[in-house]
Amino acid sequence: MELTRENIMTIARLARLRLSEERIESARHDLNHILGWIDMLNELNVDKVDPMFSVFIDQMPRRQDVVTDGNIADDIMANAPGEPMFNMFEVPKVVE
Amino acid sequence: MTDLINLTLSQARDKLRSREISSVELTSAFIKQMEATRELNAYITETPEIALKQADISDKRLAAGKGGLLEGLPIGIKDLFCTKGTLTTAGSKILQNYVPRYESTVTQNLWDEGAVMLGKLNLDEFAMGSANLTSAYGPVINPWKKKGDAEALVPGGSSGGSSAAVAARSCLAATGTDTGGSIRQPAAFCGLVGIKPTYGRCSRYGVVAFASSLDQAGPITHTVRDAALMLEAMSGYDPKDSTSFKADVPGFESLLTGNVRGLRIGIPKEYRIDGMNEEVSQLWQQGISWLKQAGAEIIDISLPHTKYALPTYYILAPAEASSNLARYDGVRYGLRVEGENLNDLYEMTRGEGFGNEVKRRIMIGTYVLSAGFYDAYFRKAQKVRRLITTDFAQAFDKVDYILTPSTPSPAFSLKNPPTDPVEMYMNDVFTVTINLAGLPAVSVPAGLTQSGLPLGLQVIGRAFDEAGLLNVAESIEVAANFQGKVTELRKAS
Repeated sequence: MELTRENIMTIARLARLRLSEERIESARHDLNHILGWIDMLNELNVDKVDPMFSVFIDQMPRRQDVVTDGNIADDIMANAPGEPMFNMFEVPKVVE
Repeated sequence: MTDLINLTLSQARDKLRSREISSVELTSAFIKQMEATRELNAYITETPEIALKQADISDKRLAAGKGGLLEGLPIGIKDLFCTKGTLTTAGSKILQNYVPRYESTVTQNLWDEGAVMLGKLNLDEFAMGSANLTSAYGPVINPWKKKGDAEALVPGGSSGGSSAAVAARSCLAATGTDTGGSIRQPAAFCGLVGIKPTYGRCSRYGVVAFASSLDQAGPITHTVRDAALMLEAMSGYDPKDSTSFKADVPGFESLLTGNVRGLRIGIPKEYRIDGMNEEVSQLWQQGISWLKQAGAEIIDISLPHTKYALPTYYILAPAEASSNLARYDGVRYGLRVEGENLNDLYEMTRGEGFGNEVKRRIMIGTYVLSAGFYDAYFRKAQKVRRLITTDFAQAFDKVDYILTPSTPSPAFSLKNPPTDPVEMYMNDVFTVTINLAGLPAVSVPAGLTQSGLPLGLQVIGRAFDEAGLLNVAESIEVAANFQGKVTELRKAS
């Protein structure tokens, strides 16, 4: 299936990426080219194969349910853009 | 001065321990070389003040007869490792002002062993690339040139600053990370040793994430012995990384014997790709003879799903990347481009902060994870990943190690690189399978092309057998006498 201009704009919106006009067209070209190459995988029948999520890990290890850090608000805010106040990040108004 | 920068990591270690030289002397020589080779653009951030301070402390420890594995040794750090108080960019504009308030486990391990930080090394943006051409901080130039030709060549990628800096002797060794070949390919392009350890050997905590099920840190060095030393210092279990391997780190350097007698070495027929570079093919043949002469048994093997590894990787890695890179939203740290509303802010920040290759991969990842395409792409790729991993498991029933070329070609032109993304992706054709299977592999410089450029051979081992892997690498290193060939080449020109 060839991705259309509309498909590319939908993907870009899902990925929260603003693309310039010329980038939309070049992204359409590149993605179709790459996905066409990836279609090589259709040669394989994998119906009976279990998916593999990671290596060597059958089960994620568990740790003790205890607090291991905290009280580091200054560290967390140190790189905040905009004008943070009272240890809060600044964002444009969300609720009208 | 030039004598000092021409030492290997382990030679410098010995001279520091015997108090023949001081760390401040050694570090000063490297700072000078770092400044003298700035045109390569290998460093994004130079940290000479930190280096000299650390060197001074190391000298005091060494004088007291103390000191860690890397005490007083100046190294470079790929700018993907978070370093407390020092700018960490991941090669991206979106992190152009990011100063971490914490330290990655791997770098902390290095400082705990006494290493000295010269600076943060250039890389492809978020480690996505094979030529260091996607960095927001400009391309890196390979110190190697073709014989009688001044054309600038790429150092490989994504750890291109690391390989260029070690090759240019502006640091003794460097850290790298490898998601599909990003340590081994640049090491091969710059005539160096690069090892990607087993997934889980080095902690990923504090390493800017690209594809978490594939990313692994490792060293780029001049020699196999240096690689063993650096890897020993970098490795170790870390409770902060749930995928880190819970076991003691072997003394890799003390286990080096270079003995391969009686080992069974597999040669996978699928790596003999169509239209293979003749010199690469010849070097591979040469590597087989060296190991045979050293007493190893050569066995033909098959890894039948090899050709599906790259397309599988280009589903899984972008999928994981699109998820990992969702955190760069202009709200908590990094670049912010103001917008009319929150969505606008997200889209503007990410649209401006990410480069084209990163955007391309985020979009592929978003697509293959989106409703309706998840099974056809993402789930399918996870199944093929199992087939590729099973190929290796079956091969390792018959052999102890596998020998292949590291790259399909030597370093290529910086001005005229492949413009087709798929052609660029082919650089990792020999390395990417190993990341999917989580295995350790090392690239060893093994020969020079007619035009005088380095080529590497890759050795692949069983999970957590880095010690054995390094022995095979050392056997090749001795047989290849790469340094001898380089000296001859430099004398002739």
